[in-house]
Amino acid sequence: MEGAGEDDAPVALITETAHGPRIAATNHAAERHGVRAGTMLADARAVCPQIAVHPADPAGDLAFLERLAVWAQRWGPWSALDPPDGVIVDITGAAHLFGGERRLIGDAAAILAARGLTARIAIAPTAGAAWALAHHGPAQAIVAPDDDMPARLSQLPVAALRLDDDVLLVLRRLGLKRLGDLHGVGRDALTRRFRVRRSATANPLLRYDQLLGTVPEPLLPVVGETAPMVQRRLMEPIRHLPLLEIVLSDLAEEMMRLLEGKGRGARRLELGCWRVNGEMVGRRLELAAATRDAAHVCRLFTEKLDGIDAGFGIEMVRLTASWAEPLDFNQADLDTAAQEHGTSLAACVDRLTTRLGADAVRRPVPRASHVPERCVRWQAPLAPQPAAQAEMAFHARPLKLLDRAEQIAVVYETPDGLPRRFRWRGELHEVARAEGPERIAPEWWRERSTVRLRDYYRIEDSAGRRYWLYRDGIAGDGRGGPPAWYLHGIYP
Amino acid sequence: MNKTRPDPAPDLPDGLFAASRLSPSHMRGAGGEWRPGMGFRGAGDIFGQGREAAAAALALALAQEAPRDMGHAALNGAKAARVEAVDDRAFLWVQDRAAIRVGGRPYLPGLPDALRHRMIHVAARDAGDALFALEEGVRCRDLAFVIGEIAGNPRALDFTASRRLVLAAERHGVPLWLVRPDARRDLGAGRMRWEVSAAPSQPPRWNANAPGAARWHGELFRARGLRPGAWWITQDIAGQDHDRSQHERQPLRAAPAGAGDLAGAAGDRSLAAASARA
Repeated sequence: MEGAGEDDAPVALITETAHGPRIAATNHAAERHGVRAGTMLADARAVCPQIAVHPADPAGDLAFLERLAVWAQRWGPWSALDPPDGVIVDITGAAHLFGGERRLIGDAAAILAARGLTARIAIAPTAGAAWALAHHGPAQAIVAPDDDMPARLSQLPVAALRLDDDVLLVLRRLGLKRLGDLHGVGRDALTRRFRVRRSATANPLLRYDQLLGTVPEPLLPVVGETAPMVQRRLMEPIRHLPLLEIVLSDLAEEMMRLLEGKGRGARRLELGCWRVNGEMVGRRLELAAATRDAAHVCRLFTEKLDGIDAGFGIEMVRLTASWAEPLDFNQADLDTAAQEHGTSLAACVDRLTTRLGADAVRRPVPRASHVPERCVRWQAPLAPQPAAQAEMAFHARPLKLLDRAEQIAVVYETPDGLPRRFRWRGELHEVARAEGPERIAPEWWRERSTVRLRDYYRIEDSAGRRYWLYRDGIAGDGRGGPPAWYLHGIYP
Repeated sequence: MNKTRPDPAPDLPDGLFAASRLSPSHMRGAGGEWRPGMGFRGAGDIFGQGREAAAAALALALAQEAPRDMGHAALNGAKAARVEAVDDRAFLWVQDRAAIRVGGRPYLPGLPDALRHRMIHVAARDAGDALFALEEGVRCRDLAFVIGEIAGNPRALDFTASRRLVLAAERHGVPLWLVRPDARRDLGAGRMRWEVSAAPSQPPRWNANAPGAARWHGELFRARGLRPGAWWITQDIAGQDHDRSQHERQPLRAAPAGAGDLAGAAGDRSLAAASARA
């Protein structure tokens, strides 16, 4: 805590530079003794002999800031880092969950203080304005969207514009000390003064516009509509899976009611669990088709909950529908219907992908290529099938194709005749009938020049087994030694 | 026994006779031939070698013949008539990793035309996951049928698991054919259990040196309501005037005339009894 324990005494963090150790950061006690960040340690020792020093750890600070930014999503669905010491949270549409912006700020301050963090918090319509207020404004300032922003911010120093030091120096020399001064000066004059400054941190006008929201700041995404979100803050942190499942089913039902009100169904749901010790674990669920069936969602999530580490307990659970699609009001309760009439295809695919992974459940669609293994593309089972030209059906193709063609030893009429017998997986096959070759040339526009053409043969052995063999190249084609044979497919 | 039976195929060896004499009437096609897929509900097993695709092809042919579930048609009411005309429902093909390694994946250009755009493929890690996928598939009313491929005799696929699948398939009316490459005949609850292997194909019409339409030797070693026996199963080509390319392009398209112009193999024990009775 600030001003308590070890923090009561002056402490500084130092970095090693070419000229010796330099102060990187200090606490308030050290500042009261006159130590400033940026001075050499030797000078600081002269001012404040009892100062304690520790080496600074910028990488560790950044890692902590990252964790903090993820954790800070408890107040909004989106957050960003503002190195070295800031976090920006987009609370659009989330404040009502906390009982308004004033309460949200109070909540944030209390929870951050409980974690031992000193924080300055502000809420404003733009990220720039929030940054300015947090760094240079009054404590816990709130600017509502319908406030007069230039008036509210006019008393802040120009440093609130997030500018480079040399630009601040120029502005100070020009006598422009506050944001209100910038507003008063003719804009043309300032435009001329800074016309060569392209970067935002060097152009006060650009920064000022970003602050007021007249110029978009690429830091924040354009949030057209907010993701439906429900959450529970738990009186008692939960540590056991059955309790979490109960909370989850409550949340799922609430979410489905919310989605029903909007006439939408969930395609992607994100579950966030905030733990007592300031960590956050998340689970994501993608659905094959939009659904509003809470029981279905619960069952799919239950499969994913197994690995969750509750630590000292989970104090807040939130469900966000980050991707929702319009869904008409025709869906009955899937679960009881499933007992009677079976599940729908979308529900079946959902269950399969949840347990087996999205890569395991796929549908083959034709692709424009004549190379056998490349003429099939695998896509998600319910994705629309792309338009494809009907393939030429001159040739019989095998029912099954090996993932990788297996090399076989073949006795054949050299240089390019029919195969006589071959050995595959340790068994000798006598070729009784053969048809071929069907020559398939490599795709020169896609492959290396060393890829050889293939001569495919459809053969039947003496036992009646039918295979698809190919010879890779011809003798003397200048692309390698004697051609090798492969078994590629199996006919019924 | 039905008297109207088709003439045996001209190229049958001596001692063979049409299979239709042995099958109950509800499994007959319009011409009186035996169509083992017709009237079949529930789940069946097809054993075969992993180095052949005969078992998978027979599974496809049998599954295509299964009638549409009446309960499903009634459920959908007015939609049923339209759906009945052309069955465009997806089907599920589940393979475990061992089966993919042994026999490869189903290949889109090689599938029958009617099934080509309908397949959903599931690549399961092991037999346990494959069984899960099979059960989910069988319980899905929007699937035409389910084909599973589980190689060998994994521990997960015991009698209980097999029984579970059969009951689910019967309850929901989705036929399931479980292909068992490189497996020995273990205990199983399948309503029909085949063992199939490739046989020399019929000579094609134009190129005598080329492989012809597929033919398999199938042994039905357990069936409910049917006598076990061994059969030559051939691809029946509707209409003899098809030219070569067309008939070879649709290797399993023979469904209208039966997945089998089936005839008992001479000398098999169960058939000897049957012919004595006949």
